[in-house]
Order: sequence, then C-alpha cells, then structure tokens
Amino acid sequence: MHRVIRILLLAALLVAGVTGCDRADQATAPSAATATNTGGSKQGDLGPPQGEPIKAVLTSPPMVPPPTGRKAPAKVIVELEVIEKEMAISEGVRYTFWTFGGTVPGSFIRVRQGDTVEFHLKNSPDSKMPHNIDLHGVTGPGGGAASSFTAPGHASRFTFKALNAGLYVYHCATAPVGMHVANGMYGLILVEPPQGLPKVDREYYVMQGDFYTVGKYREKGLQGFNMESAIDEKPTYVLFNGSEGALTGDKALQAKTGESVRLYVGNGGPNLVSSFHVIGEIFDKVWYEGGTHFQENVQTTLIPAGGAAMMEFHMEVPGSYVLVDHSIFRAFNKGAIAILKAEGPEVKEIYSGKEVDETYIGDRAQSNLAAVATAAKSASAGALSVDEQVKAGQALFAGTCSTCHQATGQGLPGVFPPLAKSDYIAKQPSEIVHVVLHGLTGPVAVNGKTYDSVMPPMNQLTDDEIANIATYVLNSWGNPGGRVQKDEVAKHRKEVHPATAPKH
Amino acid sequence: MRAILLLACLAPLAALAADPGYVRVPGGDFTTTLQYEDIRGASRVATFEMMARPVTNAEFRTFVQRYPQWRRDRVPGVFAGNGYLDHWQGSLQLSAGAQGSQPVTRVSWFAAKAYCDAQGARLPRWLEWEYAAAADGSRRDARRDAAWRDRILQWYAQPASRPLPAAGTTAANVYGVRDLHGVVWEWTDDFSSMLVTSDNRTQGDPDRNRFCGAGALSVADREQYAVLMRVALLSSLEGRDSTSTLGFRCVREVQ
Repeated sequence: MHRVIRILLLAALLVAGVTGCDRADQATAPSAATATNTGGSKQGDLGPPQGEPIKAVLTSPPMVPPPTGRKAPAKVIVELEVIEKEMAISEGVRYTFWTFGGTVPGSFIRVRQGDTVEFHLKNSPDSKMPHNIDLHGVTGPGGGAASSFTAPGHASRFTFKALNAGLYVYHCATAPVGMHVANGMYGLILVEPPQGLPKVDREYYVMQGDFYTVGKYREKGLQGFNMESAIDEKPTYVLFNGSEGALTGDKALQAKTGESVRLYVGNGGPNLVSSFHVIGEIFDKVWYEGGTHFQENVQTTLIPAGGAAMMEFHMEVPGSYVLVDHSIFRAFNKGAIAILKAEGPEVKEIYSGKEVDETYIGDRAQSNLAAVATAAKSASAGALSVDEQVKAGQALFAGTCSTCHQATGQGLPGVFPPLAKSDYIAKQPSEIVHVVLHGLTGPVAVNGKTYDSVMPPMNQLTDDEIANIATYVLNSWGNPGGRVQKDEVAKHRKEVHPATAPKH
Repeated sequence: MRAILLLACLAPLAALAADPGYVRVPGGDFTTTLQYEDIRGASRVATFEMMARPVTNAEFRTFVQRYPQWRRDRVPGVFAGNGYLDHWQGSLQLSAGAQGSQPVTRVSWFAAKAYCDAQGARLPRWLEWEYAAAADGSRRDARRDAAWRDRILQWYAQPASRPLPAAGTTAANVYGVRDLHGVVWEWTDDFSSMLVTSDNRTQGDPDRNRFCGAGALSVADREQYAVLMRVALLSSLEGRDSTSTLGFRCVREVQ
C-alpha cells in the first residue's frame, strides 16, 4: 500500500515537471503550442491599442463584416442602438421585437483579439423599456450588463479588452431577462484570433431563437408575448433570423459551386438547444462552441442557448440546401428553416440526381434479388420458365407480402388469412392477381374461418412482379400450381372496379 | 370670513388647469411586490386622494406659462435634460404629436414635482402608486389574476412610436382612477431610492454596498414581473431625465 502511494507521488512529480517544461516551451515557441493551447485570457492581452481609433463595421444579418485584417491591437468603437419595433414574425403575423440595431438577431460585431473595444449602447428615444447588453466575449462581471443599463433616449459607454478569441453571443440582461431575450435581443460578436481566420469565399450570419406568442402558430394579426408558455418552454415559433422566411425564397443565402462557405451560427434561446444541421451538406469543419479548435466531417452540431459555432463547407453540387434545427418538428411545424442556394453546373459523378424511380421492396429481399434479375433477363429473352418465376416471386414475396401473410404463407390467425393450402385460391386461382392489384376489404372466408380486415392495393408492383408473386404462391404450400403471365396481370390492372370481398 | 377670502385669493391658482379631479383612495394594509430590507409583510397605506388621470399637455402648458422657469428654453439643465418637452412645437406651443388631451410626457422628475407642488399636492410615493394600481374595475387587489397581468403586458408589447391615447380614456378602477396601466409610465416621488440592481441576474448575491436602508430592494414575487419592469424603468432614470412614454400624476394627503 505504501509503495503504491510512493509511486503515485513520483508520477505526480514527473507530471508536474513535464508541465513545467511545456510552459517554458510555450513561452519561447508559441507557434508550436497554439495547436493545442492558446493560453486563454492570461495571454490574450496583446498590448496597448495602436494607431487611431477605428469605428467598427456593423452588419445586419445574414451579412458578416469583412475580416479586420489588422496585425496589431487597436481601439475599436462600437455604436449599437436598441430599437423596439413591430415586424413580421410570419406571413401576416406581427410581433413587437426588441432589437439591437433594428434586426433580429442584432448587428454582427467583428473585432480582433487584443482589441480595446469602446462600446456605446444607445436606447432609442422611442423605446419604452430600459435595456443593457451582456457580451459573452467580455471579461468582467455581468459582461457589461451593469455598466450599460440605459433608459429610453439615453446612451451609455463602457470599455473592455477582448482577451479571448472566439464567436460569442451578446444579449440584453435587463429584468425580466428571459422576456428581453425572447423578444429578440441577441446577436453575435466575433473576436478573431490574432492570425485571423482561414480565408473563405462566403460568410453568413444565422441565429436561432425561440418565440412565444399568445396566438397559435401562424395565427394572423399582432401577437403579444406569452410569458406562461415561455416559462413552460413551449415555443410557438423556432426561427432562424427572427422570422419565418427570413432566409428562404428570394432571401435565401447564395453561393456558387466550387466556393467555400463559413456560417457563423448562434443560438439566442431563450430556452431551446439547437441541433443544427444542413440537409445535403457535411460540415468539413466545425469550430464547435465557437471556440479555437475544429472538428472535421460533422453532420449535426449542437448549439446551446447562449452559445455559437462556426462551420465551414465546400460547395460541390448545385441546388438548395436546407438549414434546420434537426429537432425536426421545430423545422417543419415551428419555422426553423433556412435555405442556402448553390448555383453552378451539375456534377453527376458526385451526385447523380434521380437515376432510377422504382419501388423499394424492402431489405428482406435484398440478398435474393438476384433471382428477380435472372427472371427479368429471361423474360426479356422470351424464355422465362416457371421455376425462374417461382424463385423471383419468392424473393419479391419476402419483401412485400410476408410481413402480413408470413414467409410460411400461414398468415396470422384471426387477422391475416393464410395463403397456404387455401380453399379461396383453389376455388379461383386468378383471384390472386386481382387481390394484389386492387386490394381486398371486408369479410372473407378462408379455410372455414372468416377474416374481416383490409389489404391495400399493391398496384405499385409491376406486371412482371405480380405475375412472379402469383406464380410463386400458386406453386407453394400445397396450392394447386399453375402459372400467371404478365399479360394476364395487365388485363386485371385495367379493371377499375374497387376491391371488395367477392361474392361466393 | 377671513379664511374664505383667503381661499378666494387662492382660487385662481387652483384653477390653473382644468381640474383633472382627485378621487379618494381609502387606506388599507398592502403587501408590496418589492422586497424592502426594512419592511416585512403588509404596510399600512394612509388614505390619500389621487388624480383620476395623468396630467395632460394642455395642463402642463398652463403650468409652464405661469412658471416660465420651467419652459424648455429656460429650464436649467440640471433640472431637465435634453429631451425635455422637445415634442412640443415651441416652448409654449403644442403640436400634432403632443395634443392637449394627451398625457404630458418628456417631463423630468423635477418638473413633475414642481407641477404638483404648485397644485398644493405632491407626487405619489411608490407604495401609494402600487396600491392604487393593484386594483381593477371590481377589486382593490387584482394582482393574483393572470388576466390583469396580461393586460399590463399587452401595453409593454406595443412600441412607443404609436400615438398616445387621450388621458382618462381607459376603464376606471374600483377607486375611479384611470390610466394607471396601459398609457404611460409615471414618476413617483421616491423613484431615486428604488435602486434595483441593473443586472438583476445576481440574485442572492446583490451588491450590498450599493444599498442602504429602504433603498435595498428586490422583487419578492417573481410572478409580478410586470411590476418589476416598471421599477426597472424608473431605476434606469435620473431626476433630470425624461422619455416619450413617461408622465406623471399628483396625489394629495387627506387631513
């Protein structure tokens, strides 16, 4: 026991020693260390601001300001105005949004690590509420909230040094915080790393938020905020960029094939976590959580409320790519949909488009489809044998029919009638084709028992397929044998009368 | 007889504006939504009289005519900041955006206080205001009613860019007082002691040094966020400030 402890102690000392060496290395050779560790805020101060103060370029979503392109820390002046305004949340539905800069999400702010940011928060004279701002990129209590509490018609100022690189959410933190956020008071601030971000062809700004209205989803007119459903976390709308259709149709994001695209995606909340996904694309890189490191080859990335992520992908194939919260009811029933439209020539070797449109007969048939192929080949050569038909029919039966009638043809007692040794089939063999094509509804007596259920028409099957299935059934499980040709199926197909239980 | 003469002399002063009508608000025990450090449980509110509606532009113009030191071109900056009455067309002229019947807004606390002083009245204390505003058309305390809270929130949801309604047009509450909700914010006499921490997320860890005595408060009842928002607005202001949706009314004590 003692020995173990001694060994552990030794190990701990060793680790401590190694760590010490690492630190020394980092100080002398930062480039080698940055791959794993940037040093955080402790090494984020890149010295006093240099040159004349710069006025930050702010952009409305979905646009992103250009890279700062600076090599030294600067003093950057950000002026952001809070505006309370009525806007469309959906077609014919109005909502009073509280905004940073007149848009939801608020203006995109872009600075560089080490910059000294002089922040001016103005609250429009037309505002009814006091507001403030908490930037997650600020090092200091409240993220600026207490220093920026601003009455309508007033402006306040505070200054911070951006010590940590990354993509950060900002939001209003005035009581009740949840209501201010739910009304659209959030946005993103990007703090570029000193070396900047890798160059891409397009950059876009998208932010998810959940909204709580008194009226139901798409109920027309001016809708008020519903505190009850906000507390219950049951949103009426889940949206990208503050309204249904903000990024679809004419307002869809644009790109060309051959271009690389970077999305800056935030989640304002107030409540929901986003499972962000782009249908038809795989993120080549995701700077998960908006941090320093990236993951590669990602399908769906989680963006927490009050969090953000950057993702990059290369456009190969033209078409419409749908941005969704893959908590998928939010996408199709609450509005969380945006479109990225890629233009360019088709690239058939990467994505063919629709090559075949045929019935999928189920995975149980997969291994036996060879028999179907053989039968099809013989049929086209005019030399299809009964045996080939039976084998192909067996494979098709396993895919389409066996779910109910069972692979043994026994059916399920009281529910699905048996096909094995069936007096129903023996009486009138061609009835098989009719039932497969048109279905069968209502009571039917088979082998002395009455079955009263519904078989849907299987007319998606081809004449060949039905002929093979019928031949297989006729030649199996003690049935009378025989053969069905595809011409016979074609004849039955033309009959329009609906399937009901035949009279006996 | 002398007393009557004296009253007659004062009469022109009282008629300074068309009397909005004070209504009697009978006193009672009342538990405020705010959590004062030195008040626990219900407080006694003495009977007072309150203006049935907020002071209007027309009334405030009459006041400014009589007391020109409160004209926007003469008032010292320490008593009224930049936005003071700047929606009026001139120092004494109203405009389409500031009609006589609408509640006066863009008034500083100092100006509102001076107006009430000139009336022989004063601004309501927060407790009095909250007490009167807790009532609806049939109850003296409707605060537990979710519908009452929703009506208050509906006003919050309307942008301030919409024109204000004429004063006195909303339904009267059980005391006969109108417009306490749904028209304008209102100054209170003791607004400056309402030091709600501007970052309310530090609940349970308030900056104790900032508060002393009655000033230290937070919201006891989380359901009453509608009240909290009114307090937040007042606490964001200084006495010289004004906004486009902030007005006032006066109260009188009952001898």
